[in-house]
Amino acid sequence: MSNVQKPKGANKSLPFFFRDEFKVSFIIIFISIILLITTFTFDIVPPILNRGIQPATFPKGLLVLIIFLTFIVYYLSLNKPWKIQKKLPQSFFLTLLSFIVFIVISKTLDFFLAISLLSVFVSYCWGERRIIYLILVSIIFPIIVFVFFETILGLRFPPGIITNIYYQV
Amino acid sequence: MFAPLLSSKLMIVLIFGTLFGLILGVLPGLGPTTGGALILPFTMTLDPLSAIVLLTAIYCSATYGGAITAVLINTPGTPAAAATCLDGYPLAQKGEAGRALGMATVSSTIGGIFSVIVLVFFAPLLAQLAYEFGQPEYFALAIFGLTMLASIGEGSPIKNLIAGAFGILISTIGKDFMTSIERFTFGVNELSEGIGFIPVVVGLFAISEMLTQSTLLNQVFKRVALKAVKLPTLFDYKKTWKTIIRSSGIGSFIGVLPAEGGTVASLIGYSEAKRWSKNPEEFGKGSVEGIAGAEAANNAATGGAMVPTLALGIPGSATTAVILTGLIIHGVRPGPDLFREQPEFLYGIFGSMLIANILFFIFGFFGAKIFARITLVPNKLLWPMIFAVSVCGTYSLSQSMLDVWIMLFFGVIGFFMRRYGFSVVPVIIGLILGELVEGTLRQSLVIFEGNWLLFLTRPIVVTFFILSLIALAFPLLRKKKK
Repeated sequence: MSNVQKPKGANKSLPFFFRDEFKVSFIIIFISIILLITTFTFDIVPPILNRGIQPATFPKGLLVLIIFLTFIVYYLSLNKPWKIQKKLPQSFFLTLLSFIVFIVISKTLDFFLAISLLSVFVSYCWGERRIIYLILVSIIFPIIVFVFFETILGLRFPPGIITNIYYQV
Repeated sequence: MFAPLLSSKLMIVLIFGTLFGLILGVLPGLGPTTGGALILPFTMTLDPLSAIVLLTAIYCSATYGGAITAVLINTPGTPAAAATCLDGYPLAQKGEAGRALGMATVSSTIGGIFSVIVLVFFAPLLAQLAYEFGQPEYFALAIFGLTMLASIGEGSPIKNLIAGAFGILISTIGKDFMTSIERFTFGVNELSEGIGFIPVVVGLFAISEMLTQSTLLNQVFKRVALKAVKLPTLFDYKKTWKTIIRSSGIGSFIGVLPAEGGTVASLIGYSEAKRWSKNPEEFGKGSVEGIAGAEAANNAATGGAMVPTLALGIPGSATTAVILTGLIIHGVRPGPDLFREQPEFLYGIFGSMLIANILFFIFGFFGAKIFARITLVPNKLLWPMIFAVSVCGTYSLSQSMLDVWIMLFFGVIGFFMRRYGFSVVPVIIGLILGELVEGTLRQSLVIFEGNWLLFLTRPIVVTFFILSLIALAFPLLRKKKK
């Protein structure tokens, strides 16, 4: 469920460019315009192969619709500003950071190691301090998941420093 | 109807699905949609009927499972159980948790069975009607589905429309299926095949929920003790039977409409129960009618939502979008032909839903106390485990790390969408319907030789367009009335 409330006068004291409704609308419109420009680089098919409309026409229509609707959302928010209940806590940013670390480690070192490190990091950041549970969540459970996927689904995980050892054994 | 289910393998799948669904329903943040998406890769090892039986059993029992948490810890296990908290928890606080759960169990079962009967009768009728549909009619139907979603789904209708358009836009990524022209691939070869449904749905539901949970670490749940689930007394039945039947009808009807299924159904079921009640002042203070109204409606939406999913290939809710994906990846194409060519497959689905409703009654009645203990698993252990399953499940589909990056990307997008009041459900429905919308539009234009006005010469198309306009105007009228 949404955590956005719309009481009258909320968030109104801030300059318009600091308000969430402006920032969100701006980001949506900005990305949509970039994507709209990209659609002009799509190949054009000759009329004989053209199935009703050009391949770029449908996404163009959608992006124009998104931009138009976002303007309406922003216009409506001028009278009824959004109110975000609370600022994002540190644990959110740490979890987000763990995703980035996961991507880097799984790309460079090992997929299993990346899952393991993320699990222990997130669990620790969220307040778990008991060693046995940290081991359970970061080593035992990922091993169970790996073995299950490998044996039941016949999955071959990407090579890496730990995964290679598993496959050699 | 039960003949296809007379195999020990299918019964095991059904029992496992029901138990797994209950666990998913009990755990706040998880639910039938996320659970269905997480288990979808595993269904690849099953035959099509077993896979869909598993998914539908999860759907039915997880929808009920949300009530256990709603009653005992005042936190809906699934969004569809939000209305159950309003009276379930106050009644539990009065020391009548067993009575509250008993009423939730009985009304969920009756609502669920009622909706399966609706499914058995209405899905073939709708499929029969769909024989009249050509490409323009399917295009108009898909547009109607999306506008309904915006109109009666949760949150702002315009934001829902934006989310739906975003979902359709995602479906255009990759090679155009008609001309093979690449769109939005940005030179990445793996994107030529488009973005898979599973990475998006796991990202939008599971990963975004993980990020949401990271902001709720200080939340403290006050648990109410449960001795045993008690069947409603004769007095309770007398008080609630009309509510249960009314909410079952409302839930089935809302389920048939392409919307957010059980969530909307339970809210309407609850408010109608209050409107028709002789004791509306008891609502919010532990009314059994309130529990019955909400629970019968949300479980009745399960069968209702399967009607358009099976008859037309248009999902009636987010979870049926996952089930629809399950059907498609197993090579089953929903629609009128399915009813003509594979009736035994459909009977299997109908029968399994009926049995799932009976099974969750038994498991819920005797095991609610055990399932309630699952909520004791702390989030700091649960979510890293869900992350591991999400990552491996997403990777397993095409053994591509790009799918995992996409899942994480949509997890972040989903978190911010929810934070700023955009529902993620329209994105999923838009993604599912995207190819249908674009494909039928373009084929219609080929039929009409590029003349858009010819859409208006087809009566069914005009009817759907008028219904779409009414759906778009409905929130404005509702606001004015308020």
